[in-house]
Amino acid sequence: MNGIVGSETEFGISVRGEGRPDAVSNAVFLVNSYPYLLPASPLWDYENENPLLDARGFEADGERERPRSDYNRLLNKLLINGGRFYVDGAHPEYSTPECTNPLELVLYEKAGERILELAVDFANRRKQGDARFSIYKNNTDHKGNSYGYHENYLVDRSVPFEQLASQLIPFFVTRQIYAGAGKVGSDTKSGSTHYQISQRADFFEVLIDLNTMAKRPIINTRDEPHADGTRYRRFHVIVGDANMSEVTTYLKVGTLMLVLEMIEKGCLVKGVDLDEPIRSMREISRDLTLKEKYRLQRGVEWSAVEIQRSYLEAAERCFAESADAMTQDILRRWRRVLNQLEEEPAQLGREIDWVIKKGLIESYIERKGCGWKDSRIAMMDLQYHDVNREKGLYAALERGNHLDRLIEEDAIQHAQEFPPEGTRAYFRGTCLRNFSKDVYAASWATVLFHGSNGVIKKVPLMDPRRGSKALVSPILEKAKTVDELLSLLAI
Amino acid sequence: MAKQDQKRSTKKEVEKKEDEVTSNPEVIEKGKKLKEEMDDLLDEIDDVLEENAEEFIKNYVQKGGE
Repeated sequence: MNGIVGSETEFGISVRGEGRPDAVSNAVFLVNSYPYLLPASPLWDYENENPLLDARGFEADGERERPRSDYNRLLNKLLINGGRFYVDGAHPEYSTPECTNPLELVLYEKAGERILELAVDFANRRKQGDARFSIYKNNTDHKGNSYGYHENYLVDRSVPFEQLASQLIPFFVTRQIYAGAGKVGSDTKSGSTHYQISQRADFFEVLIDLNTMAKRPIINTRDEPHADGTRYRRFHVIVGDANMSEVTTYLKVGTLMLVLEMIEKGCLVKGVDLDEPIRSMREISRDLTLKEKYRLQRGVEWSAVEIQRSYLEAAERCFAESADAMTQDILRRWRRVLNQLEEEPAQLGREIDWVIKKGLIESYIERKGCGWKDSRIAMMDLQYHDVNREKGLYAALERGNHLDRLIEEDAIQHAQEFPPEGTRAYFRGTCLRNFSKDVYAASWATVLFHGSNGVIKKVPLMDPRRGSKALVSPILEKAKTVDELLSLLAI
Repeated sequence: MAKQDQKRSTKKEVEKKEDEVTSNPEVIEKGKKLKEEMDDLLDEIDDVLEENAEEFIKNYVQKGGE
C-alpha cells in the first residue's frame, strides 16, 4: 500500500446533573480535562486552512475560522502522537495523525478513544456539582441531528475530480454493508424501520457538494489539501459511520485505499452506476437480508453485494502482480466478508459493527421479551458506542472475548504517546515531545518555533510523506536545542 | 438407479453428520459455554445500562456538527 490516511471523529456528548451551561462550554471543559495536555499549550495554525475552496474550481461564501490566541488555546490541543484534540462547534473532536496504512489508522483511532476516555474520567472528577459526562463514538442523536466522521485520503492531483466522484458514488452507496455501525430506528419521517445498517445513510440528500452540515453530499468537494496543492488532493470523505470494531474500520479504510490507488493507476470500474443513488443508499441501509436489488443506469438490477464485488474483482485484477501483504489481506477479507454477507450476515457477528450490535440487541430482546421500541434498546444502541469501557457495550463484548481484534492494548497505549513513523506526523509529534516549550504553533502542514531573538520560525511540511522517522530522526537526535534544530534544517 | 442410490446415501450421510454434530459432547459443551457466556454478558448489560433509559434517551439531543 502506498497511501496516506487520517480520520476525524466528532463525538456525541451527554452531561447529566447540573452540568455546564451550554453545549460548547461542556465540550471545552471536556477537552481541557485531558490530563496529558502540553503545558506550553501551542496554538493551532489556521493559516493554510480554507474549507470554502471547492474542488470544482470556485470559492464558496462564508467566514474562515480565525480564533484569537487565548480562545485558540482553549479550543485546540496538539498531541504528542501527532494528532489533534479539539472543540468543533459543540462537539469534542479527535483527528488521528497521518498514517500510512489501514491497520495503523485503526491503532490511532483506538488511541483517540482512549484519550477521550481519560478526558471523561478527569472531567467527571473535576466537575462541579453532580454533573456526569458520557462520550459516544457514534453519529446520531436519533432526533435528526448528525455529527460527523470524516476520512481523509491523499490522492494524486492529476486524477480529475469528476472521475473520482463518478467512480466512487456506487462504492459509497454500497460499502455500508460492511462498514455500517448499525442503528435502532430511523432519523427520517418516511422510511421508519426497527433497525438499519448505517448510522449516517438517513442524512445524505445530494450527490456532490461542499456542504457538510446541511444537504449533505455523498461526495464532498472541499479542496483543502493541507499539502502542496499542485501535487496532491486531500480527498475528504464525509459519508461514513464512525466504527467501534477494529475489523470494520480496517476494512472500511483498507478497501477505499485500494480503490483510490486503482483509480490513480487507471484501473476503472464500469457499469455499476445506480439509477437513484440517494434512494438506494437509504434502502440498502434498511435491507438487513442484503437480498434486495437496485436498478443500475444500464437497466439491470444488482444487489449491494454484487456492486461491491465488481470493485473487489477490479482490485484483484489491478493488484494481481503487485500486492503487498496488507493488500492481499484486505482483498482476502473483502471477498470472504462479501460472500458471508450474501449467505448469512449473522456469520460476521465478531467482526462487523452493524451485525455485532444487531446480534447483541436480539439476544437481549429474546431474554427480556421486550420490543425494539423499548427505551432500553435505544439505550443499548447509544451505549454500544460509549468510550468509557466500564459503560460501553462494545467494550463489554470485547472483554468477554466475543469479538475479533487486530491490535494489542499495549500498542494502543504506545500510540497515545508516539506518532506514526512513516509520515510528517513523526516530525510534528516528536517536536512537540522534545521541544514542547519552543513550539509556538503547528498545523497539518507547519510547525512554528520560537526562534532566538523572539522571531517565529516556520518549518513547512507540505509533503505528508516527508518528516518521517527515516528522514528526520538523525536531525532530531542531534539537535539539543531548537536553534540547533532550525540550523540543521537550514531554516 | 445407481444415481438414486448415491443420492440416498448422500442424504443418509448428511443426516448422520448432523446427528454426530448434535450428539457430539464437545459441541454440546461448547454450545453450553457460549450460551452461559452470552447470559453473563446480558446480565452485565443490565448492570451497566444507564438508569432511567427513557429519560436519558429523551434528553440526548446533539447539535448537528461537522
